[in-house]
Amino acid sequence: MIDINTIRKDFPILERKFNGKRMIYLDSTATSQKPIQMIEAISDYYKKYNANVHRGIYGLSEEATDLYEKSRKNISSFINSRNAESIVFVRNTTEALNLLSYSLGKKLKKGDEIVTTVMEHHSNIVPWQFLQENGIKIKFVDINEDGTLRMEQFSELITKRTKIVSVTHVSNVLGTINDVKYIGKIAHENDSYFIVDGAQSVPHMPVDVNSIDCDFLAFSGHKMLGPMGIGVLYGKKEILDEMDPFMGGGEMINEVHLSGATWAEVPLKFEAGTPNVEGAVGLSAAVDYLKKLGMDNVREHEKELVKYAMDRLENFDDIILYGPRNPEIKGGVIAFNFKNVKNAKIAKALMDEGIMIHPHDVASILDIDAVMVRSGHHCAQPLMERLGVPATSRASFYIYNDRDDIDEFIRALVNVKKVLKL
Amino acid sequence: MTYDIYMDFILEHYKNPSNYGKIENPSTSSKGLNPLCGDELEIYILVEKNTIKDIKFTGKGCAISQASASILTEMVKGKDIDYVKNLKEKDLLDALGIEISPSRLKCALLSYNTLKEAVSKL
Repeated sequence: MIDINTIRKDFPILERKFNGKRMIYLDSTATSQKPIQMIEAISDYYKKYNANVHRGIYGLSEEATDLYEKSRKNISSFINSRNAESIVFVRNTTEALNLLSYSLGKKLKKGDEIVTTVMEHHSNIVPWQFLQENGIKIKFVDINEDGTLRMEQFSELITKRTKIVSVTHVSNVLGTINDVKYIGKIAHENDSYFIVDGAQSVPHMPVDVNSIDCDFLAFSGHKMLGPMGIGVLYGKKEILDEMDPFMGGGEMINEVHLSGATWAEVPLKFEAGTPNVEGAVGLSAAVDYLKKLGMDNVREHEKELVKYAMDRLENFDDIILYGPRNPEIKGGVIAFNFKNVKNAKIAKALMDEGIMIHPHDVASILDIDAVMVRSGHHCAQPLMERLGVPATSRASFYIYNDRDDIDEFIRALVNVKKVLKL
Repeated sequence: MTYDIYMDFILEHYKNPSNYGKIENPSTSSKGLNPLCGDELEIYILVEKNTIKDIKFTGKGCAISQASASILTEMVKGKDIDYVKNLKEKDLLDALGIEISPSRLKCALLSYNTLKEAVSKL
């Protein structure tokens, strides 16, 4: 079980007060807060071990290299990858997906197709759109009314022309946990590469790349207690081996002559330039923290919170929730709006959209009570269009949140209509 | 951050905006987007003898962006084009009369930037 009081003590930032009130951080889907163990691991690295990696002959450089590679192994075991060489350090999920768009994209020909979904974050749409100029077509699986994917469309849309299937594991808006194992099976039956965007799953639940049988998994360190600027691309080694590098420069080469160069082995082939060693060390410390809690416990904790929050929100007759109601298939994220009730005096424009209060105003008013939620399109504009709203508010939960946070959130939410005199 | 930005004056403009709607065959128009939050605003202007004879806007957005569009269109309606060209961001912010945090400044100035864009096309 998760002991919330012990956990909270590990997160110094949660002691901050805003407007004299305890900070209620409900935006972990954007970025998580950081435990002191992670912060100290980075400071310790700079105090004792800093040197450039993979090149110095001296002992200190070997120690730094050892730390960097141990971090890789630790993260590898966290997602049950068979070997550490499958872990490529990148900046974030976005960079991982751009790497794939570039390197896998080189293998694609005019007329080839990519299948993804309407619930994707922009980072799993825009990199693929880059390939449209080469005559590559992108197809999108739609959602049902309850915010789950229309699973039957995968077998309709994936054909022999489909070379890549790239799907989010958990939606950063709807919270939907997608059955990626099932989707991967259809992708592989059609000889397509199968990519999972794990930005919202790896931090929050057990993720096993062998069980999912994905070819690639992308995730960001900063959403899972780690520092910003470090992320991971997991790839099956035999596929990484045959891919061209993304960026050229130091570290990624075998030998360089004026006439050309050959590449280093995987994963260094994809890690051009001096890597983010502090980031890798910090992420490894974050992974240690999560391993100690147990990812099953993390998932259970969030499932309980999301259920509690949805139950409380259902008492509002004018709040609409987006995404599944079943906590078994929903991550710790709730997107919502105040819906338009008849005869409410609201802005004419918003009336057309069926919502009563713009999410920015909701977030601004909650902020006065130190309740921090996100508002906007959450980098998922195609999904907003699909839902027929310009934006939503979004509250999300992590290991340091509890029922008290949700009670404060609900209390602040009641205040929104009062402030706007609605 | 306080409740002050939602003072009655702003809320009144938000709920009952002035100059809301479209102008058929405008002299100029422009569409403004706030890509970070998805706010949209379209401004239509009818110019006669170098004067803004009519101005209307449509859009969807927060109370601040919509109230600001309502107040701005009131400010410039009937004025000559040079008045609009010389208008500064501060003039609109002063007219709003509320303290705007950096994250909401984009909302408050969406109408201003859209108006400037429309006028530059004349």
